[in-house]
Amino acid sequence: MGRKLLLEHDNVPGINTLHVYRKHGGYTALEKALKQMTPEQIVEEVKVSGLRGRGGAGFPTGMKWSFLAKPEGVARYVVCNADESEPGTFKDRYLMERIPHLLLEGMIASSYALGAKSSYIYIRGEYYFVARIVEAAIAECYEAGLLGKNIMNSGFDHDCYVQIGAGAYICGEETALLESLEGKRGNPRIKPPFPAVAGLYGCPTVVNNVETITAVVPIIKDGGAAYAAIGIGKSTGTKLISASGHINKPGVYEIELGIPVEEFIYSDEYCGGIRNGKKMKAVVAGGSSVPILPTELILKTAAGEPRLMTYESLGDGGFLTGTMLGSGGFIVMDEDTSIVKNLYTFSRFYHHESCGQCSPCREGTGWMEKILRKILDGKGTLADVDLLWDIQSKIEGKTICPLGEAAAWPVAAAIRHFRKEFEEYVTRPSSIKDVKHYYRLNNLVDA
Amino acid sequence: MIDNKEYKFSDETLTTAQRIIKRYPEGKQKSALIPLLHLAQAEFDGWLSPKAMDYVASLLQIQPIEAYEVASFYSMFNLKPVGKCVLEVCRTSSCWLMGAEDVVRHIEKKLHIKEGETSSDGMFTLKTVECLGSCGTAPMLQCGGDYYENLTMEKVDTLLEKMKDDGRRRVYTKDEMIAL
Repeated sequence: MGRKLLLEHDNVPGINTLHVYRKHGGYTALEKALKQMTPEQIVEEVKVSGLRGRGGAGFPTGMKWSFLAKPEGVARYVVCNADESEPGTFKDRYLMERIPHLLLEGMIASSYALGAKSSYIYIRGEYYFVARIVEAAIAECYEAGLLGKNIMNSGFDHDCYVQIGAGAYICGEETALLESLEGKRGNPRIKPPFPAVAGLYGCPTVVNNVETITAVVPIIKDGGAAYAAIGIGKSTGTKLISASGHINKPGVYEIELGIPVEEFIYSDEYCGGIRNGKKMKAVVAGGSSVPILPTELILKTAAGEPRLMTYESLGDGGFLTGTMLGSGGFIVMDEDTSIVKNLYTFSRFYHHESCGQCSPCREGTGWMEKILRKILDGKGTLADVDLLWDIQSKIEGKTICPLGEAAAWPVAAAIRHFRKEFEEYVTRPSSIKDVKHYYRLNNLVDA
Repeated sequence: MIDNKEYKFSDETLTTAQRIIKRYPEGKQKSALIPLLHLAQAEFDGWLSPKAMDYVASLLQIQPIEAYEVASFYSMFNLKPVGKCVLEVCRTSSCWLMGAEDVVRHIEKKLHIKEGETSSDGMFTLKTVECLGSCGTAPMLQCGGDYYENLTMEKVDTLLEKMKDDGRRRVYTKDEMIAL
């Protein structure tokens, strides 16, 4: 069994309440932070821990924190990104639903470290039931003097609020999230300036993912070095993986970074293998945006080394033979899966979610969806496959925010690794196995 | 069509709205726009008419266009009337892998409507939506503030019956909204 830093008590009945959370050591890290540590010491421990942003980009958290501007007399904000919308990802929801106080403890401690008097937890609108759980936990904190004035008699004042979104993937991009929090459309901002300098209301702001902020709690409790001792190289600590698709045991798993991918998929401790005794065909390892890999490349690198659950090992070989850890949204597909159809659901997603600011993304995502639909309709040509490739290559790197890349990468990877399947669809449409789907798209009566 | 309905929050909702507005620094009350549009949608029959948005804008002392442009950006806001129960079936990757299309088709047959349509009795609207973060419990649908997960056709049948029987509008209901 791997060590658990975040989900150690996730199955304890009532752990969502302050009383039970405290019985299991809750808020001792906050007490330590407020009474025994200076803000600078906390930032230092986070740097030492090697913690990397758990939302998907994997940027070192300590470094992000150290960029925060601290002009005199200007408010600073901590904003928690709980807009979890990357297809295949549901770990933040699990954390907030089960252990909302872990997030709040992390929020208060991080805010103390960064000198923020107010913080906001931006939760996607659809997670309304989750927002209510977090709200209830916040109310408990005010009651117990863990939020408000003079927290734990330390002299530190802090207010924390929940903000709900209203259905927009793009608001998971940090500057779009800030725009949304200011009551505007979720259009990403041009950077620089970065939020660390001009974020919420133009003030210095740190935006961190839910899992990143909760990881600050064990880092304060046991020290950054103890956290860094888990994992391999620059992939330190534990990571929550959302496992879904054709596996026996879908769910959220906390893993020590560094376990083999094969163990994660086939061991009973985690996914428990492929359901219905099928063979595995492909895996999307880090949420819909990262390149899909066929079985042979997800289990082993191009050099034949076992692939490990780390930022580096999953990325080994670049996009030619590798992928990314991303948000940890781990989607497993069995041998009967249509890669073309799965890609269509992704491309439709990105088209729907593009904010429309940048032409390459706004137009390109629409074209990719339409071409894929044409191919699925059995009306595609070989030239369409090349056209898809061409379009995706013209989105990447040409947009304000990374949604462009997120839309392009899955298309590129699906064609790179499964070109034969695309060719089959366009040269022999009668062979399309996903008949049900074919009928549906054409509004025909089910055969 | 002339909209003669009076748009005004109940005292209770107004108190909630004012509490939300206080969460932001002075002069930044526009931050309350999305939460208030949710309140308005819940209070005014599940959708946002231009007058409903005008009312929210007046509460926040912003221009009506600022409310329209936001309401039209976010997919949870309905800009046209909807049924009492809006069934939002997730259609993205994991849900598709686990049979979301069968769920959509089953509901279509059962209610005699197509995706995007409202049943003739005004009870149900069927929509498909993008990933709702329920990938490990797929397929799923959302209705109002609730998630219904690990769906089977039997479960869908039971759910639809239940909703039909009580005839209740399912939105972020007022009671629940007070907590926010």
